[in-house]
Amino acid sequence: MKVYASILKIRLLIGMQYRSAAWAGVATQFFWGFISIMVFEAFYEFAAVTPPISLRELITYIWLQQAFLAFIMLWFRDNELFDLITSGNIAYELCRPTDLYGFWYAKLLAQRLSSALLRCYPILILAFFLPKPYNLTLPPNVSTFILFVVTLLLGLLLLVAISMFLYISVFITLSPMGSLLVFGVLGEFFAGLIIPIPLMPLWLQKIAYVLPFRWTADFPFRVYSGHITQNDAVIGVFIQLGYLLGLLWLGKLALNSVLKRVVVQGG
Amino acid sequence: MIKVEGITKSFKVAKRSTGLLQAAKALVHREHTIVEALKEISFTIEPGEIVGYIGPNGAGKSTTIKIMSGILVPDGGTCNILGYTPWKNRVEYVKNIGVVFGQRSQLWWDVPVIDSFELLKDIYKIPQPEYKSTFDLLIETLELKEIINSPVRQLSLGQRMRCEIAASLIHNPQILFLDEPTIGLDAVSKIAVRQFIKTINQEKGVTVVLTTHDMNDIEALANRVILIGKGSLLYDGNLEELRKRFGSQKTITADYRKNPNPIDIAGTSVISWSPEHVVLSIDTEQTLSSEVITKLSSQLELLDVTIESQPIEDIIIQLYKEFQI
Amino acid sequence: MNLYFKYLLILFKSQMQYRTSFWLLSIGQFFIPFSVFAGLYFLFERFGQIKGWNFFEVALCFAIIHMAFSLSECFARGFDTFSSLIIKGDFDRVLVRPRSTFLQVLGSKFEFTRIGRLAQSAIVLLWALNNLPIEWSLLKIVTLFFMITSGVLIFTGIYMLAATMCFWTVQGLEVANIFTDGGREMAQYPLNIYQKWVARIFTYVIPFGTVNYLPLLFILGKTNGNDLLYMLTPIAGSLFILPCFLVWQFGVRHYRSTGS
Repeated sequence: MKVYASILKIRLLIGMQYRSAAWAGVATQFFWGFISIMVFEAFYEFAAVTPPISLRELITYIWLQQAFLAFIMLWFRDNELFDLITSGNIAYELCRPTDLYGFWYAKLLAQRLSSALLRCYPILILAFFLPKPYNLTLPPNVSTFILFVVTLLLGLLLLVAISMFLYISVFITLSPMGSLLVFGVLGEFFAGLIIPIPLMPLWLQKIAYVLPFRWTADFPFRVYSGHITQNDAVIGVFIQLGYLLGLLWLGKLALNSVLKRVVVQGG
Repeated sequence: MIKVEGITKSFKVAKRSTGLLQAAKALVHREHTIVEALKEISFTIEPGEIVGYIGPNGAGKSTTIKIMSGILVPDGGTCNILGYTPWKNRVEYVKNIGVVFGQRSQLWWDVPVIDSFELLKDIYKIPQPEYKSTFDLLIETLELKEIINSPVRQLSLGQRMRCEIAASLIHNPQILFLDEPTIGLDAVSKIAVRQFIKTINQEKGVTVVLTTHDMNDIEALANRVILIGKGSLLYDGNLEELRKRFGSQKTITADYRKNPNPIDIAGTSVISWSPEHVVLSIDTEQTLSSEVITKLSSQLELLDVTIESQPIEDIIIQLYKEFQI
Repeated sequence: MNLYFKYLLILFKSQMQYRTSFWLLSIGQFFIPFSVFAGLYFLFERFGQIKGWNFFEVALCFAIIHMAFSLSECFARGFDTFSSLIIKGDFDRVLVRPRSTFLQVLGSKFEFTRIGRLAQSAIVLLWALNNLPIEWSLLKIVTLFFMITSGVLIFTGIYMLAATMCFWTVQGLEVANIFTDGGREMAQYPLNIYQKWVARIFTYVIPFGTVNYLPLLFILGKTNGNDLLYMLTPIAGSLFILPCFLVWQFGVRHYRSTGS
């Protein structure tokens, strides 16, 4: 546990060295959020039928998305790890006295956590103080907020577990491009990052609900706005947990089997 | 040909912060310090010279080279090279010089070397006949024929450096600036690159200014050195003079028939001793080496004696120490 | 210009050393905006229109800005990735060569894989044009061409501004994404769907409005007033690159006096 804490601390330190990068990131995401909201506002203005998610809820959805981008983006990647795998220097990594899956998982988790910690506050605070109707609103009650925090964190753990497969796949393909493409494009689409899942056609929604991606982003954000009821949220937490345990188990299994290949081939 | 007078240059450097708290503070405000890279540097270089420009890291070598090659504008002082002020009329001036940065490549990595040369021909607007003759000369004198058609990424570091230098000469410059041309090369490649530089200097009369950390480069190439430390010029003259002035230390190594008595001769200090072998260090300004040998032979049955001057490397290290740079 | 093509040629030769990776990346570039376009399509499937614009009109907007974006990313990549030139110290090399810094930086890098994105947006363009009842004239075709060109010039101008920032700091360049990626996202839709002040900024300050919204009105026959004025807006927008050029020159001068 101590190892993981120190990884996080180093990441935070590194992150702070790049202060202007952090500010630039905040500005970019803020702008991005604004544009998306205005686009949706324009769509909603002359909507013939009432859309399945209100503009209010949608705005909340978008701001949370921007604030916690580091929690939900699959292309947010660690090139160091890719280099490690493709260059064959992975052999050194195997000499470390820690479990490789756990170590990488912690590293990736720390990157996302530190990045989000540095960037989420300015966006959240600014979004709160925006004039109506563009502002971020508080969740309807305290229990919803608690549920949001729980689902968001579980979502993060789940996302890191998913992203581990990206790195594992590189052992086989030896180039991160293909995996990044599939994971990046499909994963983000089905996490509701391009358009929110409730606005998708029904047949697409059905696919999205089966895949694990939406549990990392779409689900916590809709819990926050109350679009997903508390009861459903509690059930959702168990589904998240189920996915998480399943993917962790699968990931470890997959990593061990690809590592065995590496050892056999002599790195 | 090159006349540098009173060049000064200072930089603003941001202080690096350590620790979480300081890092957080640096988010808002960052402190700066002013570093004087060059203080009133002056020298003149005549056509056809090879000049070694030496000094420890951060002494201001690269800054000087950058000013002389027109990349940087100094804070003060004048510089006249071939009638130009390097930092004015950049485009006109740089046609007359070649620059090699040892740590960076100017060749296009994935294509054969010859393609890079062809592109340089267009960059420098060299007329075809002139290009052809320079190219042939370079290929021949520098024995590049075999490697010219391979992509740069397949060349060894030594071959690459030779191509780099050739590339800087394709437009027939009168002056060649070499910033650490032998960095990272193995011993054999180093010798090849030195030979190369020498050939160019002799065959084409190109004036060469080179910076290096390897004193063997200087010894092999330059009869003149300019030593710079902490931004100031410390020495400008030939190598022999430098050796005479600062290299008064000599080492005497002697083998002899077994003798258990330790050796103690006035004016010398013992570096290592065994019953059959001794290494002494003497200062020739105080003691003559012949005197020491006479004393040794009176005490011992000598088998073999060698006298070595101090390697130039050591002289430089000693110099750095002396000037506290 | 001749030299620019020589640069293009040598870098294309280099790129062709890595064919597989080139094709993979190009396919990637094909699909990335594809998912965005799919999102757009689904939104129209649900809402039918956006402030009176129909799907194919917006698709035309989308295609034009994405084409301009991919072309500028391909041909002005040297400025887009200028920070690496600074970090590696290779800008010094540029300065010891007797050619303009602009041309040399432009020629330092090309991103040929953007052909994928270009292909994707070209398909969208053809699809949209096929489904729009436009009365074509020579002027309209010329305008369409101008639109894409002015888009390329504006994106290039923004890259140059961001590149100029590198002379002071190589951090925080992400902020330029607001205007490149952000501008691209925004200009996917006709400008008048946004709030007035946003539309104004992106017409008068960074003239993305002149790339597609204003001339689009002319092409679609939605103008009220002087057609010629609408038609010429892309040319006015192209002027954006001129001040960027001056800023760049200023940056180079700063670099040469500080060497940072």
